[in-house]
Amino acid sequence: MKEIYDVIVLGGGPAGLAAGISATQKGASVLIIEREARMGGILKQCIHDGFGLVRFGERLTGPEYAGRFYKEMLEMGIDHIVNAFVTDAEKKPDGSFALTVQSAQGIKFFHCKALVLACGCRERTAKQVFIHGDRPAGVFTAGTAQHFVNISGYMPVKKCVILGSGDIGMIMARRLTLEGAEVEGVYEIKDTPAGLARNIAQCLDDYNIPLHLSTTVTRVIGAKHVEAVEVARVDEKMKPIPGTERMIECDSLILSVGLLPENEIAEKLGVEIDPATKGPYVDQTFMTSVPGVFSCGNALHVNDLVDYVSESGELAGAYAAQYRPGRRVRVKIDYDGKKFAYVVPQYYDVMRQDDLTMYFRPRREQKKPSVQLCVNEETAKRKKYIHLSPSEMEQLTLKIDHPVTRVALKMEV
Amino acid sequence: MAEQVREMTCIVCPNGCRLTVTADGENITVTGNICKKGEQFAREEMTHPMRTISSTVATSFPHFPRLPVKTKDVIPKEDIFKAMDRINEVLVTEKVHVGDVIIPDVCGTDIVATEDIPDC
Repeated sequence: MKEIYDVIVLGGGPAGLAAGISATQKGASVLIIEREARMGGILKQCIHDGFGLVRFGERLTGPEYAGRFYKEMLEMGIDHIVNAFVTDAEKKPDGSFALTVQSAQGIKFFHCKALVLACGCRERTAKQVFIHGDRPAGVFTAGTAQHFVNISGYMPVKKCVILGSGDIGMIMARRLTLEGAEVEGVYEIKDTPAGLARNIAQCLDDYNIPLHLSTTVTRVIGAKHVEAVEVARVDEKMKPIPGTERMIECDSLILSVGLLPENEIAEKLGVEIDPATKGPYVDQTFMTSVPGVFSCGNALHVNDLVDYVSESGELAGAYAAQYRPGRRVRVKIDYDGKKFAYVVPQYYDVMRQDDLTMYFRPRREQKKPSVQLCVNEETAKRKKYIHLSPSEMEQLTLKIDHPVTRVALKMEV
Repeated sequence: MAEQVREMTCIVCPNGCRLTVTADGENITVTGNICKKGEQFAREEMTHPMRTISSTVATSFPHFPRLPVKTKDVIPKEDIFKAMDRINEVLVTEKVHVGDVIIPDVCGTDIVATEDIPDC
């Protein structure tokens, strides 16, 4: 292992592995830094199938999907360090980056020309959602429960209630049921489910697990361990309706209440964060507001398919390998915030002419909308959808071989 | 026989097409699917629903206590818990690789490893 690299990738999950591989293919010297003992990120514990349909046309499990990239990384001889954590990142006056890394072998220092942030996302915890009552043992995030069951082999629950209809919550409802636990129900405060329709079908309906919409957990009861939770229906302002409370005896409450991009290092480097995605603002090269710092995967915005996580990693890695300091003129990609929840990238650097890969989510459910990608006031791409939903991210790609002055994303309903 | 109409969500891919299936005796028509796989899924769902399952088996390796596994092919939906009982009987004591058969012939398919047992 060296001390100076062209590109250093933070995170050895699907985004980081793809970034490391593509940066190496572009001729860069690369180091991938992973905080856990093994590469693969969250996919290690996502033992269910359904990964890789877009990319490989197969239904792979999480470990199988990660394994393919891990093997490729090993075959290419890419430097990587596990059980290592970046404690400090600093941009030097010459534009390069200095990293301080805490590892099992002691503190190490690395330098690089470009940095790819592929740190993934984190789950919202019990402290970030407002639930009254006691704070006993037995309140887990879905990912923690998943780690207990799938990695450690412990069953943390006998009878549980799941709050939030995110995909991980529904997948854990099925997983815990398969392992003999009783899942009393999944409760969602909104009037629409948060996760994919297929997961409602194959994780809940298949196992007769009820999904209660417009209902939330209002209280946790238990001295040392969870003994019961109280649920209540909510009105259209998501306020609990008095008189609708119901007590459910259970030994645990599992939370699947959203994911947040992890950007501690990004913020330390002064990277500007988009309040819509909670991830960095980037241009078409996946470069953030700090030149030389790139972002991809769930650290950039929370994806629902790993295929797109890998795709953004690949693109970010390739652009990071080709990065040279220089003048940038970034124009904001125009979109209507009433129609789109967010778009990524948010900027186009008009000093360059790169193909554009756009990711977006609609603000609300739309039947048969058409989405147009406009370049220099002209419609460059139009796609009709049967159905758009905020819980399902969409992607559009556009070849660009002429100077760009303006980019806009529009939706007709 | 009376005509029977069922709404279902296709689980073949993340599109999750909302299917309307009309069954009139042997005659099954499917609408709402955007690909052929959706029609095939709906037909199977009306006659003999099939599923894959993923789980883990215990290992004797302290650094890797659970090996993730899956059914190599689909199994009848009603056999899911029968397959889980078989999966939960196993202890893996040797290094295996992704794709290796861990339990042969479970509900008409094999249970295979989905990860290599790492060296450390």
